[in-house]
Amino acid sequence: MAFREYRIGCMMFGLALSTSMFVTIFLPGLDISGMSSTKLALEKQLTYGWESGFNYYDPFLRGKDKPIKVTLTKDPKTGAPMDKTNAYVFPAGTHFPDGLTHDNILGDKVQKASDEIGKIGEANEAQGGVFLVQTTADDTPYIEFATATRGWTTDAVLKAADNKSLAGSGKTLFIREGCWWCHTLLPEETQDWQTFGRPPLVGDFNGESPTTFGSDRKAPDLLHVGSRNSSREWLTMHFFNPRLVQPHSIMPRYDYLWGDKDKSGNPIDLKAWDREFMAYAKGESIYPPEVPIPADDSEARMLIDFVLNLK
Amino acid sequence: MLKYLFAKEEDIPQGSTALFFGVSSICWFIIGTGLGSFNAAKLAFPDWYHGLYALQFGHMRQVHVHAVIFGWIAMAFAASMMYITPALGNTKLWSEKLGIWNCLLYNVGLCFALALLWSGMTSGREYSDHIWPVDLYIAFVMVVPWSLNVWMTVLNRRTQGIYTTNWFFAACMFMTIIVFLVGNLPEFFHLTGLNEAYMTWWFAHNILGLLITPVAAAITYYIVPKITGNPLYSHRVGHLHFWSIVVFYSTPAAHHLMSAPLPEWLKSFASVEGVLILVPAVAYVCNILLTMQGKWSMFVTNIEIKFTITGVLLAIPLNMQGGFQQTRAINWYIHGTGWIVAHAHLALLGFSTFAEAAAVYYGLQVLLRRKLYSASLANFHFWMVLIGFSLYWVSMTIAGLIQGAAKIYEVPYVDVVIAEHPYMIVRWLGGTMVFFGNCIWLYNMVMTARAGSIVPVGRQPAEVAYTR
Ligand code: HEC
Ligand code: HEM
Ligand code: HEM
Repeated sequence: MAFREYRIGCMMFGLALSTSMFVTIFLPGLDISGMSSTKLALEKQLTYGWESGFNYYDPFLRGKDKPIKVTLTKDPKTGAPMDKTNAYVFPAGTHFPDGLTHDNILGDKVQKASDEIGKIGEANEAQGGVFLVQTTADDTPYIEFATATRGWTTDAVLKAADNKSLAGSGKTLFIREGCWWCHTLLPEETQDWQTFGRPPLVGDFNGESPTTFGSDRKAPDLLHVGSRNSSREWLTMHFFNPRLVQPHSIMPRYDYLWGDKDKSGNPIDLKAWDREFMAYAKGESIYPPEVPIPADDSEARMLIDFVLNLK
Repeated sequence: MLKYLFAKEEDIPQGSTALFFGVSSICWFIIGTGLGSFNAAKLAFPDWYHGLYALQFGHMRQVHVHAVIFGWIAMAFAASMMYITPALGNTKLWSEKLGIWNCLLYNVGLCFALALLWSGMTSGREYSDHIWPVDLYIAFVMVVPWSLNVWMTVLNRRTQGIYTTNWFFAACMFMTIIVFLVGNLPEFFHLTGLNEAYMTWWFAHNILGLLITPVAAAITYYIVPKITGNPLYSHRVGHLHFWSIVVFYSTPAAHHLMSAPLPEWLKSFASVEGVLILVPAVAYVCNILLTMQGKWSMFVTNIEIKFTITGVLLAIPLNMQGGFQQTRAINWYIHGTGWIVAHAHLALLGFSTFAEAAAVYYGLQVLLRRKLYSASLANFHFWMVLIGFSLYWVSMTIAGLIQGAAKIYEVPYVDVVIAEHPYMIVRWLGGTMVFFGNCIWLYNMVMTARAGSIVPVGRQPAEVAYTR
């Protein structure tokens, strides 16, 4: 550093860079972290669990370490009928989303209600448990730890459930399979209201990771796809081969997510299926081959659950 | 290469590091553009092959992006730095041995990182797709040793002052390390929600703005004066360029998320700062073009100048596009469409690739002390890349405008897909031309090493006549 100017230059450089980082990281970070969770953010955290991208507990992104979302129409403890309720079951050992383990994620009011009314402080990961999303009289959403407040155990809830959704595991696959390179999860404020539905609000993301907004849209936005397209049959065919239901689609086939066996345990022969399909596509046969129904623990099932859950 | 790994520092010929990095970068360029062309084919004809599920678009897209950014662009940067920094400091590279290890571990690490991405192990964050252990490897095994070599060479220089190119290099390596470590904080510390989304784009924006843009510019600050023999038009304008990059380019990260529910002040701030990036952009382009005074014939006759100046000229539409597209008035129309993909390739395949290709062309000739094997093949390469890129840019821009129109008129999405189909095919053809041109380039370079005419000591390759 032969010249004094270089020393001054280095200092100015450090100053400029740190000021820039102060303004573009620290200040926005403060502002964003001060946002209170909406009800949607609570539901999303409880559906998607701790982390959907690469993590220590699910390094190969197989959809492990995820809660199960269930619908109840009767009280799992007493068996008494009740209004349709969504419950989020964390089997023992499943990792909790940040909102349950860190005090600064939910926002002050939501955190207070969840602690005092919802008793989330009593939950721990090793034992797991069942959670609900509720709203107080003054419209503050909060998380209720139903295992403490109502004595609902994970086993009882899973047994009483009408419908089990693996949407949390599905989000992991959504990331692994790169759906977000074509689909966005972010209707734009300016013009997407009509076609793709309500754009998200600031508080809709607390505790979610990764958010996968997507930056290139080559396909419809999916944030509310479950509201406009809720047919499991259509989705099954569409994922197996989008050209079955939409001849002009450029979406890739996801038939390999079906695994080796279909729902009734019959082996799936993708090569044979492809041959028949190509014959159909060329007009040599009138009907396309039948699409197998995905097995209950197949990746296809998880992904379809995830899509249907995007209301 | 392997035989130098355990050799004594004195026994390693000077310039080996730059040579290995240069050759690797060309190979990665071929791989990266090949993957790009493959992806483009998938988007045009999703069913053109069946059964190879490993080659799914959703897995391959990020492999393309990281192969070209970390493989081609970054390695071409490393190659340039490893020969330009010592040349400008009138000294030798601080440690060739470190450089050679660096190059080896860089290649090995990159192969491994891409294989992981390909298998679907990803953090799910665009441009920081790598999982955090790989991020740490990239930062500490790939980038830190490289930076050390650059910094120490600058410190050990035997000139009094530091030329523009060298302070750009030294500062950009520093900023890259900071950006890499800070930008990946969401992964290291599991940040969530909008913080995570914003930091993702903070990283992406700054890696483009504080590594790729300024280093590509710094390279041209060396190549143009060196080959034309004209001194740089203005050192002061170079200062303006540098300081405005540091101040303005490091701030508008939020302009990538204009349609997300970020705080409004942040979006407005980003929008204003983004327009201010035009200051370094204009300063830079003027500086280089004015350096060319009196030597414009070289734009036609000299292959390195042809590449460099084309890159600089492409920076003009690039920055104009950038400055306008991030204002709210325009962004809503083109955000998330093919327009942005066209802009991204104008930046990386247009501006920066042309600048780096010139540096690699020139560097390999200097290091091998051999004149380029064939001028015709080099010209052929140039035109393949330029025409291929232009087809890509034009077709994706049109596709983007169609998508934008479809956004406001709310046509069913599949009609957009149908309307874009012809442009997808053109993009694929254009990209394949680039890929093909690059294969020719590798051949030309191999032949240069084998059969290029020798450049006498103390002479420039440009001064020696072509034999072919
Ligand atoms: C190459 C880009 C691409 C990829 C990757 C992709 N899709 Fe699609 N997707 C499309 C296109 C184009 C359409 C619209 C045409 C159609 O209906 O097939 C579509 C349609 C859809 C629809 C119907 C949307 C509606 O509005 O009814 C759903 C649901 C969907 N995709 C889910 C997914 C999921 C889940 C993944 C990841 C496993 C995925 N897509 C991956 C391109 C893609
Ligand atoms: C005045 C200068 C520039 C401005 C203001 C600018 C602005 C922008 C904006 C606003 C976007 C995002 C658009 C959207 O998604 O809505 C974008 C995307 C992009 N820019 Fe620029 N840009 C500039 C120059 C450059 C340069 C010099 C480079 C690189 C060398 C570059 C590389 C990219 C890339 C790669 C993307 C794509 C990001 C993605 O994947 O979505 N830009 N630019
Ligand atoms: C060195 C040259 C290249 C560089 C640096 C480069 C870089 C990139 C980048 C940064 C992206 C992400 C764009 C975004 O998100 O907006 C991208 C996407 C892509 N690139 Fe390239 N690219 C190069 C060459 C090519 C070539 C030759 C092709 C062949 C056609 C190609 C095809 C693609 C495709 C198909 C995508 C996906 C675009 C999409 O998602 O719509 N690229 N590339």
